[in-house]
Amino acid sequence: MTTPVLDRAPAPETAKPTIAWAPAFAGAVRKLDPRGLVRQPVVFTVWVGSVFSTVLAVLHPSVFGWSIAVWLWLTVLFANVAEAVAEGRGKAQAASLRKAKTTAVAVREDGREVPAADLRPGDRVVVVAGQVIPGDGDVVEGIASVDESAITGESAPVIRESGGDRCAVTGGTTVLSDRIVVVITSKPGETFVDRMIALVEGASRQKTPNEVALDILLSSLTIVFLLAVVTLAPVAAWSGAGQSTTVLIALVVCLIPTTIGALLSAIGIAGMDRLVQRNVLAMSGRAVEAAGDVGTLLLDKTGTITLGNRQAARFVPVGGASAEEVSQAAVLASLADETPEGRSVVVLGGGAVDRPAGAAFVEFTAQTRMSGVDLPGGRQLRKGAAGAVQAWVRGLSGAVAPETGSRVADISEAGGTPLLLAEKGPDGARVLGVIELKDVVKPGMRDRFDELRRMGIRTVMITGDNEATARAIAAEAGVDDVLAEATPEDKLALIAKEQEGGRLVAMTGDGTNDAPALAQADVGVAMNTGTSAAKEAGNMVDLDSDPTKLIEIVAIGKQLLITRGSLTTFSIANDLAKYFAILPAMFAPVFPGLDALNVMRLHSPESAILSAVIFNALIIVALVPLALKGVRYRPGTASALLSRNLLVYGVGGVVLPFIGIKAIDLLVSLIPGIS
Amino acid sequence: MTGWLQVAVLVLALGLVHRPLGDWMARVYTSGEHWRVERLTYRLVGVDADAEQRWPTYLRSILAFSLVGVLLLYSLQRLQALLPLDNGMASVEPSSAWNTAVSFVTNTNWQGYAGESTMGHLVQMAGLAVQNFVSAAVGLAVLVALVRGFVRRGTDRLGNAWVDITRSVVRLLLPLAVLATVVLVLGGVVQNLRSGGDVTTLAGGSQFIPGGPVASQEAIKELGTNGGGFYNANSAHPFEGPTAWVSLFQVFLMLVIPFSLPRTFGRMVGDRKQGLAILGVMGLLAGISLALISSFQAGALPEGQEVRFGGPLSSLFAASTTLTSTGAINTQHDSLTPLGGMVTLFNMMLGEVAPGGVGSGLYGMLVLAVVAVFVAGLMVGRTPEYLGKKLGRREMTLASLYILTTPAIVLIGTAVAIAVPAGQAGMLNSGPHGLSEVLYAFTSAGNNNGSAFAGLSANTPFYNTALGLAMVLGRFVPIVLVVALAGKLAAQGKVPVTSGTLPTHRPLFAGLLTAVVLVVVGLTYFPVLALGPLAEGLS
Amino acid sequence: MTRQLLASVRALLLATVVLGLAYPLLLTGLAQVAVPGRADGSLVSSADGTVVGSSLLGQGFVDSSGDPLPQYFQSRPSAGDWDGAASGGSNLGPSSPELAEAVGSRRAEVASFNGVPESQVPDDAVTTSASGLDPDISPAYAAIQVDRVAAARGVSADEVSALVAQATHGRDLGFIGAPGVDVLDLNLALDRAFG
Repeated sequence: MTTPVLDRAPAPETAKPTIAWAPAFAGAVRKLDPRGLVRQPVVFTVWVGSVFSTVLAVLHPSVFGWSIAVWLWLTVLFANVAEAVAEGRGKAQAASLRKAKTTAVAVREDGREVPAADLRPGDRVVVVAGQVIPGDGDVVEGIASVDESAITGESAPVIRESGGDRCAVTGGTTVLSDRIVVVITSKPGETFVDRMIALVEGASRQKTPNEVALDILLSSLTIVFLLAVVTLAPVAAWSGAGQSTTVLIALVVCLIPTTIGALLSAIGIAGMDRLVQRNVLAMSGRAVEAAGDVGTLLLDKTGTITLGNRQAARFVPVGGASAEEVSQAAVLASLADETPEGRSVVVLGGGAVDRPAGAAFVEFTAQTRMSGVDLPGGRQLRKGAAGAVQAWVRGLSGAVAPETGSRVADISEAGGTPLLLAEKGPDGARVLGVIELKDVVKPGMRDRFDELRRMGIRTVMITGDNEATARAIAAEAGVDDVLAEATPEDKLALIAKEQEGGRLVAMTGDGTNDAPALAQADVGVAMNTGTSAAKEAGNMVDLDSDPTKLIEIVAIGKQLLITRGSLTTFSIANDLAKYFAILPAMFAPVFPGLDALNVMRLHSPESAILSAVIFNALIIVALVPLALKGVRYRPGTASALLSRNLLVYGVGGVVLPFIGIKAIDLLVSLIPGIS
Repeated sequence: MTGWLQVAVLVLALGLVHRPLGDWMARVYTSGEHWRVERLTYRLVGVDADAEQRWPTYLRSILAFSLVGVLLLYSLQRLQALLPLDNGMASVEPSSAWNTAVSFVTNTNWQGYAGESTMGHLVQMAGLAVQNFVSAAVGLAVLVALVRGFVRRGTDRLGNAWVDITRSVVRLLLPLAVLATVVLVLGGVVQNLRSGGDVTTLAGGSQFIPGGPVASQEAIKELGTNGGGFYNANSAHPFEGPTAWVSLFQVFLMLVIPFSLPRTFGRMVGDRKQGLAILGVMGLLAGISLALISSFQAGALPEGQEVRFGGPLSSLFAASTTLTSTGAINTQHDSLTPLGGMVTLFNMMLGEVAPGGVGSGLYGMLVLAVVAVFVAGLMVGRTPEYLGKKLGRREMTLASLYILTTPAIVLIGTAVAIAVPAGQAGMLNSGPHGLSEVLYAFTSAGNNNGSAFAGLSANTPFYNTALGLAMVLGRFVPIVLVVALAGKLAAQGKVPVTSGTLPTHRPLFAGLLTAVVLVVVGLTYFPVLALGPLAEGLS
Repeated sequence: MTRQLLASVRALLLATVVLGLAYPLLLTGLAQVAVPGRADGSLVSSADGTVVGSSLLGQGFVDSSGDPLPQYFQSRPSAGDWDGAASGGSNLGPSSPELAEAVGSRRAEVASFNGVPESQVPDDAVTTSASGLDPDISPAYAAIQVDRVAAARGVSADEVSALVAQATHGRDLGFIGAPGVDVLDLNLALDRAFG
């Protein structure tokens, strides 16, 4: 975990697959079945309109009547295409997952073979090198390296062993070495892989709370416009400006929010898909939405805020040793130290040097708590815990410089870890200096937290360190708060407290003892390396086991909501232009004064109405890529976001159709048979 | 120029009163103290003033009170001839009595009858004027319940409807009405108990000079945004609106509570800026409306206009009476220019929210704010929340039904009336203007305004029944939805405000809310307006 | 619900007594004591003391067959024939042919009755008011009637104009409403001055 996971570009290159239009169209035709469309009230209304207008076109054939009927069907089709495209992306992933599922048999501990599909929770199975693990479970015996690439796409094998936090195995992954006994924890058909398949295919997709609320609003707008047009019929007839049913249907379809209605489910699927592309599996759409609402992020210090390991930050010479001396000695003493700390000392000291011939390296042991090197010629260098090194020096009747103690104490208080460096040379033993090891905050973290703060999200760092150390790192990283010496109970209490204040909480976790907190959090992201208890408790699983991803997950949740809101605004704003196209077309022949509303100077009433219908259909297709990709999201304050999106999708939504309808009208007026 | 000076003085007066009145109203509804006269009231009415009600109980109190109000007012009219102070008027015929009873209880004050030839003083005073007070108080009570829904957290209690209604009358409406009556009497509005009688005119003819306790009724008619005139000509009648300054004062009276309520709202939710934003939206819409009607009316023929008021004051009154749900008139709206008349229609179509009726205007605006927040909230990437309350499925269902209700009433009513002979028979004017008369009637009834394109002969069984239904549904369906919404909101916790929260107190949001109001209403009514006033005005 | 209904009945009865009777009656008493003239409708009397109308209400100055009397300033047309028991306007829309016709014929009548060209006839002279009881006419309409009234009464136009000026009110407080001439007050003054 040394790569900085901070780069802003949210998605890897592979996240922009080209849209597979052809299969999507095939799927869209299948979706014309009204039984499925009832779920989408707006699209269903268009479907009903299409049926009516087709019947009318058959009864009273005309170029205009047929054109309207055809374009209304296309409108429904395009709406289905949007959904089919979104689903199509998941299908490919599902196919590769299915391959992983096709394990034939499982071997029980007693040696009997049973079909993998018959395994029940509590069954114990033996898996040896080369075999596929038949179901989700926990390792209760043995240790093995496992290839999980079928699920995570990561080819490097991982270690799974009984006990502890690395005991969970996933069905469909392959054991590469050794032998393990696994207790199955999932019911048949509900394994992790099963759920993943269902998720990416969108089969188990349920409308999220927010989507339902939006659906209600869209339905009521649909009813309002339906009413406006249905009641217009007698009023127009009385006014001597009676309208054909075809025209009224065209008006309804243009007014109801077809654009957002058509794209709504695609946006939802695409949101889940964007998570999948980042190797995060959300167990429900609800969790994705909740991610956008998160008010508090609980972040583990190690690996998320800091670079996992402590690093040498400074050499402090004592007792008259020169900086040069200390630096050289530190490098020599650490040449053979392959721990990250050791390597960081070498780096700080100016880089590796050739190992002196005949040098004997002394390894760190728990007893000595020191490591170092014995050089030819009797010079010995040691570095290690302050107490151990001082004892070593004193044991050699050497000198411990008087300021050593206070230097060590200073570093400890500031949250660092002091290592003493000492030598035994021709002049006896002495302490050369102190090496300060520090937690190193990942570069860019402070900016990231500032950004989160602007978004209104509070960050809390969770660490097992003591209070002083924790505060020091928190201040450096710029988090809002810390929970030091955190026990699982502390975490749970913190989450409950934040939630009481009305904030949604997101956290990551991997251990079994994280499970209660993961379950309590509104967004609980379990690491795939974690225990099955943790994975079961969370509502998302990060296959990369990268705790920093929480920040990206929040962004994706927000983007999902923003896309819905922006396209709703766009859809409604579009209506203005459509009115200006259709109303004068309907009524100007009777009330010539209303031609003043024909601001686009459209060719004829028929071409005006047809152009509006065509625009209405084409805009759906045009917006499919945006629905899938999501509206551009830049972290910022709510005000900034609102201004930008209102400008682009509100004002743009008013202006664009005027241009679009006019352009289409120029083409439509060339069609023979359109007056 | 003098026209705009009238507006400036009016705005100044409203501005001066805004703070003290708004703060006072906030205290009225948050104070824990009962006045002695209120305690006596509660004892006589038989309610426990300290028991807080759940939303269904609060709603039931309001509905029961209104239902009994309709029955009582209906009975008074039907028994008029048998009661004292009938001034020789016959009992009111059933369909008219039903329409009028509903009309006054719903704070609409649509008048299918002519006051001076239908209602005796007793029905005017003890029937109609009583509802002028209490229907306004009901509007305030519903508003207060909704505001409490935003303020409270994790409770199923919304307050006590009886207390809210009583305090609205005792601490607010009655004292203000007394003050206003004094001013009106000094301005020449009549206040007597005469039956009226004929005099021989200068030219030797005969003229009937009516009487009546007009000023006391006029005061609450404007203050409570009721609008039902003592006489047929309403505030254009010289005995109701004797001089121009009295007419301007009446405009002030109808605007003063609705424009001060945003301050009350801001105080109650603990953030005065929230109130200012709402006030800004109301003011902006009202300003646009007034500017439009003034420009459309400039140079118009003074048909249906009084000389003493002149064009600008007539436009100001017409805008104010339709922007609030008052419906009083000092000029005949039917004779406004087509586009000027369209503005008055559109004002009502806004849903009577700029600033709207007493109480009802603000609760309508808050529901629209909920819708605006929902769309805008999504655009900032959070589950939308307004004043710390999340807008989820339940809240949006109620808000969506609310915005659906009035358009449904208006459009269906208009379409039915225009399609049946009984409806067509009522039109005085022909062509698009005739359509406008019918559209105006249902818009006015559905939005509880009460003004009319009075050429429509609406005192027929068809219109009395249909418009009566429109008024009942237009008043109580929204009330049911709003009180239920208040209940849902109060039960929620409160989400803390962060920089990720959509700020609802800034000009940006106020602008958005204005746009949402205009667009939603504009899109709904554009087609029918095109066939009515637009077809007439653009020809 | 029964409890709420019973409480509603009691509450409304109480409201009827307090708001429906006590409130208007007390204020009526107060008004009658303080400003009886205004509270009773600003009635005006002729020289012999008989009440001839209200200075707030317009009336017709026409003979029994409905023709205008030349010795009196004429009010605006009334949609309700100046009947105090039937106030209201014509409610004709601006595009109404009926209104256009009425306005056209009134303009011709007013012009010929006062001996002025039609272009001098102001709009308020040819349109009905909102109440049908508009007490005022515009100063412009009064101006074109001066010569005719003076001729009918055999007095000088200047004398009549002086009385018109007395009966003319400006805008309230200088900026509210519009200036007008109270016709009944003016005609009463004419009768007082010239018998």
